[in-house]
Amino acid sequence: MLKQTEGSAAVAEAVALCRPEVICAYPISPQTHIVEALGRMVTAGRLAPCEFINVESEFAAMSVAIGASAAGVRAYTATASQGLLFMAEAVYNAAGLGLPIVMTVANRAIGAPINIWNDHSDALSQRDCGWIQLFAEDNQEALDLHIQAFRLAEELSLPVMVCMDGYILTHAYEQVDLPTQEQVDAYLPPYEPRQVLDPASPISIGAMVGPEAFMEVRYLAHAKQKQALELMPSWTDEFKRIFGRESGGLTHTYRIEDADTVVVALGSVLGTIKDTIDGMREQGVRIGALGITCFRPWPTVAVRRALADAKRIVVLEKSLAVGLGGIVSNNVAASYAGSPDLVHTVIAGLGGRAITRASLHQMFGQAVEGRLEPVTFLDLDHAAVERVLAREREQRRSGPIAESILRDLGVVGARIG
Amino acid sequence: MKTKPFAITLDPGSSLANRTGSWRTVRPEYIDRLPPCNHACPAGENIQGWLFHAESGHYEEAWRVLTQDNPLPAVMGRVCYHPCETACNRAQLDESVGINAIERFIGDEALRCRWKFAPPLSATGKRVLIVGAGPSGLSAAYQLARLGHAVAIREAGPAPGGMMRFGIPKYRLPRAVLDAEIQRILDLGVALELDSRVANVLDAMRRGGFDAVFLAVGAHIAKRAYIPAGSASKMLDAISVLRSMEGGERPLLGRRVVVYGGGNTAFDMARTAKRLGAEESIIIYRRTREKMPAHESELEEALQEGVLVKWLSTIRQAGESSITVEKMQLDARGNAQPTGEFETLEADSVVLALGQDVDLSLLDGVPGLEVQDGVAKVGLDMMTGHPGIFAGGDMIRGERTVTVGIGHGKLAARNIDAWLRGATWVHPASHEFASFDKLNTWYYSDAPKSRQPVLDTIRRQSTFEEVVGSFDEFTAQFEARRCLSCGNCFECDNCYGVCPDNAVIKLGPGQRYEFNYDYCKGCGLCVAECPCGAIRTVPEEI
Amino acid sequence: MTYQPIRFYQTGTFTVGNRLLPDDQRSVQANMRRTNSLNSGHRACQGCGEALGARYAIDAAMEATNRQLVAANATGCLEVFSTPYPETSWQIPWIHSLFGNAAAVATGIAAAMRVKGRDDVRVVAQGGDGGTNDIGFGCLSGMFERNDDVLYICYDNEGYMNTGVQRSSATPPAARTNTTMPLGESAGNRFGQGKYLPAIAMAHDIPYVATATVAELHDLEAKVRRAMEFRGARYIHILVPCPLGWGHGSAETIKIARLAKETGLFPVLEAEGGKLTNVSKIKKKLPVEEYLRPQQRFAHLFRDPPRRDVIDRIQQMADRNILRYRLLEDVERRA
Repeated sequence: MLKQTEGSAAVAEAVALCRPEVICAYPISPQTHIVEALGRMVTAGRLAPCEFINVESEFAAMSVAIGASAAGVRAYTATASQGLLFMAEAVYNAAGLGLPIVMTVANRAIGAPINIWNDHSDALSQRDCGWIQLFAEDNQEALDLHIQAFRLAEELSLPVMVCMDGYILTHAYEQVDLPTQEQVDAYLPPYEPRQVLDPASPISIGAMVGPEAFMEVRYLAHAKQKQALELMPSWTDEFKRIFGRESGGLTHTYRIEDADTVVVALGSVLGTIKDTIDGMREQGVRIGALGITCFRPWPTVAVRRALADAKRIVVLEKSLAVGLGGIVSNNVAASYAGSPDLVHTVIAGLGGRAITRASLHQMFGQAVEGRLEPVTFLDLDHAAVERVLAREREQRRSGPIAESILRDLGVVGARIG
Repeated sequence: MKTKPFAITLDPGSSLANRTGSWRTVRPEYIDRLPPCNHACPAGENIQGWLFHAESGHYEEAWRVLTQDNPLPAVMGRVCYHPCETACNRAQLDESVGINAIERFIGDEALRCRWKFAPPLSATGKRVLIVGAGPSGLSAAYQLARLGHAVAIREAGPAPGGMMRFGIPKYRLPRAVLDAEIQRILDLGVALELDSRVANVLDAMRRGGFDAVFLAVGAHIAKRAYIPAGSASKMLDAISVLRSMEGGERPLLGRRVVVYGGGNTAFDMARTAKRLGAEESIIIYRRTREKMPAHESELEEALQEGVLVKWLSTIRQAGESSITVEKMQLDARGNAQPTGEFETLEADSVVLALGQDVDLSLLDGVPGLEVQDGVAKVGLDMMTGHPGIFAGGDMIRGERTVTVGIGHGKLAARNIDAWLRGATWVHPASHEFASFDKLNTWYYSDAPKSRQPVLDTIRRQSTFEEVVGSFDEFTAQFEARRCLSCGNCFECDNCYGVCPDNAVIKLGPGQRYEFNYDYCKGCGLCVAECPCGAIRTVPEEI
Repeated sequence: MTYQPIRFYQTGTFTVGNRLLPDDQRSVQANMRRTNSLNSGHRACQGCGEALGARYAIDAAMEATNRQLVAANATGCLEVFSTPYPETSWQIPWIHSLFGNAAAVATGIAAAMRVKGRDDVRVVAQGGDGGTNDIGFGCLSGMFERNDDVLYICYDNEGYMNTGVQRSSATPPAARTNTTMPLGESAGNRFGQGKYLPAIAMAHDIPYVATATVAELHDLEAKVRRAMEFRGARYIHILVPCPLGWGHGSAETIKIARLAKETGLFPVLEAEGGKLTNVSKIKKKLPVEEYLRPQQRFAHLFRDPPRRDVIDRIQQMADRNILRYRLLEDVERRA
C-alpha cells in the first residue's frame, strides 16, 4: 500500500508488522517519533500482544530488551546519539549473549558540544560491539530493513541495528510502499529462540568465561556475523517475490560499470551523491557510487568486486576517527585491491552540516582531476578554525572552542563575557 | 530447540563437577556427646534418648528406651531425687527440665496402657538367685530375665519392694504403682518367694542349683545412739515405725513427736508423724541445714506440712514427756561441738532416724567374701571375693537411694551375665561430655518449667494421699520439649539448613544426616549453629 | 504480621526445620526435596552469607511459585561464584547480563511472560549491595516506579567484595575496606547520611518491602512467601555477612547476622504499600560492641586507646533505629 508518510511513522508501521512483543522506549531525538507511534498502536490495541515499557534510561531500555529477548519474545527498541552511548554496555552485552534484539538508531552526532543533528558518529562508535549494522538510504529501505532485520537477527541469534539518518529520514515525509501483515508474516517466521529462560528447562545464561574459552566465544561471534554476508543476498529473491521489490542486501551500486571514480557512502547522502553523479555523467565524467547497506559485518567481497575497476575512490562519510580521519574509508581501503593512496577520505555532514550538490560536484571534480587531498573536510570553514588555533597558540585560557567559533562567526546570543 | 550458545549458556547440574571438598582443612563430624542428665543418673538412664521420643508424643517408645536401664519408671518418677535435674544444662538457661515428672508420666502411661516388657528371645539355661526384692534386686532380676536367665528372688519380708515399700511413705509412693511395676517384672517369669530368709547363701545356692547369686538384702537395722532415758520414755526407731505403717495397726506416737536425725528417713518419719495426728513433729539435727544429708525437696515439703526443725541440736536425755536438748555450734573445721547450753522440749515420743546397718549374717563362712565398714566388699564388676556371688544396693558402699540401687542391679546383671558366659563385661567407652558451652542456646525458645500439682496442705497433714500430682499429657510433652538434647542430634535440620554448600544430606526421619565431603568446604557453620553440640570439628588429614 | 513465631509447644526451638512441626509449618530448607536452587560446587568462600541467603530466598521463591521462577542476576560475587564456565550452580532459569541492570532485565522477563500469558511464571532479580544501592540504583528505581511484577532481592554484604572489598554506599561508618582504610586519624569509612534502601523502596510505595537476615530463616522464608502473594514491584533486603570482607570466622556468619539484628543496627521489618506493617523485635538488646568486636573490619576501634567516640556514634545509630522502628517491646509500649 503506497502511503505518503513520515519516515518514523513508516518504520513504526514496519516494526509493528513484525509483531514485536516487548518495546522499550526512552525519549531521545530524533528517534522519538518511532516509539511514540508504536506506543499509540499498543495503547490502541492495534499492536497486540505487546508490552510497551517506558523505561528510565537507554541503559534500561536495552536491559529490558535483553530480559525480554532471553525470555523468548521479540524485543525492539530505538535510540540515538548519547542514548546509544549510555546503553553501550548493554549493547555489547546483548550481542555477547546472542540475543536477537532489533534496534533503530536514528543517527545523530555525539557531544560535546551537544548537537541533535545527523551524522553517523553514534552508530559507528559501536561498530565493534557485535551487532549487525544496516544503513538505510531512504525511508522505503528503512522500512524494509527492519523487516529483514528481525529475520536476520533471529536466524543468527544476533542483535541487529537499523541505522537511519536522523531528521533527514526520520522526519522526512516520503511515499513508501507499506507491506501487508500477510506479506510480513510470509517472510518472517515466528521467533524460535536459540536459548530461552523457561522453568520447564532451566539453563544459565551469561556465564563468566575465562581465558580458556573467551577467544573461542569471540571467534564464534565473528563467524556468525560473517554468515550474514551469505544469508542476506540469498534472501533477496524471496523478499522480492513477497514484497514485489528489491531492498536491502549488502551493498548497492550506482553507475559503476565503467566508472573510473567510485564514491562510497552510507545512508541518505547517497541520494545527493547519485544526483551529483547523474549531473557529472551528463558531462561525460565516468563516475559511480557504491552504497554500503550492511556496514557490519563488512561486506569485503562485495566491496572489492564493486571497486575492482575503479581508478580512484572517494569515501564520503559522516563520521570521524579523530586523529586518523575516516572510519568507513579504512574499511574500504582494506577491501580495495589497488593502492591505498587512491582511497580518499571525505569527512562531511558532521553534526548536520548540509551536504550540497554543489560542494559534492566540486569535490568530485577535484577527485577526478587527482587534486583531492587524502583527507578532506567538506565545506570546512578553514578561516574559523585557523583563528581558533592561532588564538590557542597565543593564549592559555582561550575558552571553549564551540563558543569561540560561534563568536567568530558572529552568531548573536553566543557572546559571553 | 536449537543449539545453545557456546560457553555463555550452561546446563544445570554442571557445578557438581567442582568438588569443593578439596578446599577443606577441617572437617565436621557428627558425634553423640554424653548429656549431663545421663551422666548424672545413678541408674544410667538414657534420659535424653527417651525424652526425644516423649517430645514427639511417642510415649511407648520413650518407655521402651527408658526401661532398658530402669524397670520402675512410675516409681522412680516419684521417689528419685533426680540428680539429672541438678546436672541439667537447661538450668543455666532458665530452669532444669522436669525430667522426674516426665518419667512419672511415662511410667504411669505404661501402667495405664498395660505395656509389657518384651520377653527374652531364648533361655540361657542358667539360674540366678537374687536375695532381696528391693530396688537393686528387682532391677537385677529384670535385667537378667531379659537376658534369658532363670531368676528366683528370695525376700525375707512379706511383700516385695524393700525400702520402696517399707521405708518410703505412701504419700510419696502409692502402693498400687509399686505393686504394678513389680508385677510387670515378675511377668517376665521371675520367681518370687516371700517370707523366705536366706540364712546361708552358699547353702541356698547349692540346694537351689543356682549358677550365680546377687545379694541385695538392703540395710534394715536401725542404728542407735546412746541416750540416757527414763524407763517411761518412748524411744522408737524410724525404720520400724515406717515399716509398721504397712501393717494393719498404726503406731502410737503421741501429740508431740521428736525425730532425731537429718537424713531423708528423718523427714519421711516426721511427715508421717504429722499425718498420724501429731500436733508437733520436730526434727532435731546436730548440724546445719547445709550439712543435712536429706534432700532439699524433702525439707521443703516437710516445712510446708508444718514439720519443725531444730538445727545444731543434740538430744542429751529423754524423759517421760520431755527431752533435754543441747545446742551445738560449728567449730573452725565445720564439726558440731557441744556448747553446754541446754533446753527442754516436750515430747511424747522420740524416733531415732540415725541411719541403718546391713544384716550380713547370711554371709558368714563364705570363703573369700570380705566385709568392710559394715558392708560387703565388691569389685568394679560387683562381684564379692567369692566367685559367682555378687552384691549391690545398700549392702555395698555407696549412696543409699533407690536410684543407686537400680543402677547397681543393672550393673550387677551385666557382669553376672558375662560371668555366666565365662566372659568379662567391659563398660563401653563414655562419650565426650556435653557441657553447656557446646550448645548454641539461641535456638531454644524461652519456656518456664512446668510445675506438678501439689495436694493442699490440710490434706497433706491428715491423709496419706499422694502429695505431688502428675502432669497431664500436654504438660508432659511441653516439659519434654524443653529438653535441649545436649550433645545428641534431635533432627532439627539446622545443619541441613545452614550449609552454604548443600553438603549436608538429610537421610529422613529417624535417620539423621550425613556430610557430603565432596562439597563440604569446612566452614564450620553447621558446628556453630548446631543447637545441641552434636557436631564437632576435626583437622583434616592432609 | 507475616511471620508467626513458632510456638514453644509446637517445637521447643527456632531451628531450621523441626520434626515436631506439621509439614506446612516447616521451613522450605528443612524439606528433603528442597530445590537447592544454588547447587553444590559453587565457588563461594567458606561460610559465605550470600550463598546461604541466595539459596534460602530462591528456594523459598521456588516453593512459593510452584517452581515457576526465572531469575536475573547482577554482576558480583553471587554471579561469579555460581557460574564460572563451564559450571553453573543454578538449577533455575537464570540470566546474568550486567552489574547495573538486573532490575531492568527482570522487567523485560516479566514483560515477556505477560505477553506470553505465562502469569504463573514469576521473576526475581538479585544482586549485591553494589549492584543495588549504587550502580543498579537507577534501574531498580525505574522498576519500582513502574511497579513491574518483579521481586528484587538485595544480598547486602556492605561492600564490593567481588572486586576485593571496597566501599559501597551500603558500607557502614567506621568499617575498614580497601578504599576506606583506617589510617592516621581516620576511623575507616566516614559517617555519611546513609542510604537505607529499604526506606527508599518504601518511598516508591511499592506493594511490599521487607528486610531479613540469614540468621532467621523462618522469617526470611515467610517474607519471600509473602512477597510472592503480591503482583508488582517488591523488594527484600537480606543482610548476608561476608567472612572475607568483614573479617570474621567462616563459622560466625549467622551469629554476626543475628548480632546485627539484636543490636538494632539492622532493623528487620516489613512494609506494604509504603507503610511499615511489622518489625521483628529484638529478643535481647545487646550493645553494638558485641556486633563490632568479632569483625576485623572494626578492629581499629578496639585498639589501645579504643575509639569510644566512634563506637558511641555507632551505638547512637542503633538506638535511633530502635526508636524509629520500635524494635524493642518496651519502646512499643512507651510509644
